[in-house]
Amino acid sequence: MTALVHITPKPDILDPQGKAVGSALRDLGYHEVAEVRVGKYITLEIEPKEGEDVRARLDEMCRRLLANINVETYRIEITES
Amino acid sequence: MRFGIVVFPGSNCDHDAFWGIKHELGFPVNFLWHRQMDLEGSDCIVLPGGFAHGDYLRGGAIARFSPVMDAVLDHARKGRPVVGICNGFQVLLEIGLLPGALLRNDSLRFCNKPINLRVERAQSSFTSGYNVGEVLELPIAHGQGKYYADSDTLEELDSANRILFRYCSPGGEFGVEWNPNGSLRDIAGICNAEGNVLGMMPHPERYMNERLGGIDGKPLFLAIAEAFS
Repeated sequence: MTALVHITPKPDILDPQGKAVGSALRDLGYHEVAEVRVGKYITLEIEPKEGEDVRARLDEMCRRLLANINVETYRIEITES
Repeated sequence: MRFGIVVFPGSNCDHDAFWGIKHELGFPVNFLWHRQMDLEGSDCIVLPGGFAHGDYLRGGAIARFSPVMDAVLDHARKGRPVVGICNGFQVLLEIGLLPGALLRNDSLRFCNKPINLRVERAQSSFTSGYNVGEVLELPIAHGQGKYYADSDTLEELDSANRILFRYCSPGGEFGVEWNPNGSLRDIAGICNAEGNVLGMMPHPERYMNERLGGIDGKPLFLAIAEAFS
């Protein structure tokens, strides 16, 4: 199965990268762009063991390594394929 | 006093620290490869600047799990000194020895220049060689040095006098124009509650010889040697 992890800066964290991208888009004429947040997108191919709680382990991976929960939030999607 | 400098793949200030501590200060010093679990009798651990593990994911995020870090954690918990400079500061935050995080500079630019910082507290094992209010010049070289912590943590740092250095003007005033990265409360360096772990973005190891720019970094290492010998 495949797991998709989206990591984004927390709402109250200033995201200067997102601000720069937003102002570049408005310079290109896309005035409808109100705000941009830039994050990370990680895909993991998972081969779980029998009876393993995949979501719980992914959650642990996010908290321990993939995201810094002081300043980032994460969202996990799991697709069976 | 023996200094041990951890070398991660991608560290690039390890030799500056080694050279300064050995030749300018005359202390024994050795490198500690990040895969080793033994600190070889080091009294003070230095986590140097650079781009450990390519800074992949986040600065310090992967380095924090290097085998040597278990021994460094143990060393710190025994009250022995640990100093993280620049990327080393990021490693200390990621491993939780210090609170907060370092974000991308507000300018979005890598910032490499000498800056001024004010010594906020001289009664610490790291700053006893300076005076309170003294303005130092040290170089910075980072793209992700904006210190961030939630407001409770900032209050705690401030009220417990754990902010040792703040960015300032050459005259010692604070202001956005003197803050090179947008750090909250102009924070350039903090210590833990016990006072044996220091994290800072500026590079004291690079300023230990007049011919290399200055000597304001020297008193920091001398203070550590005096406090922990």
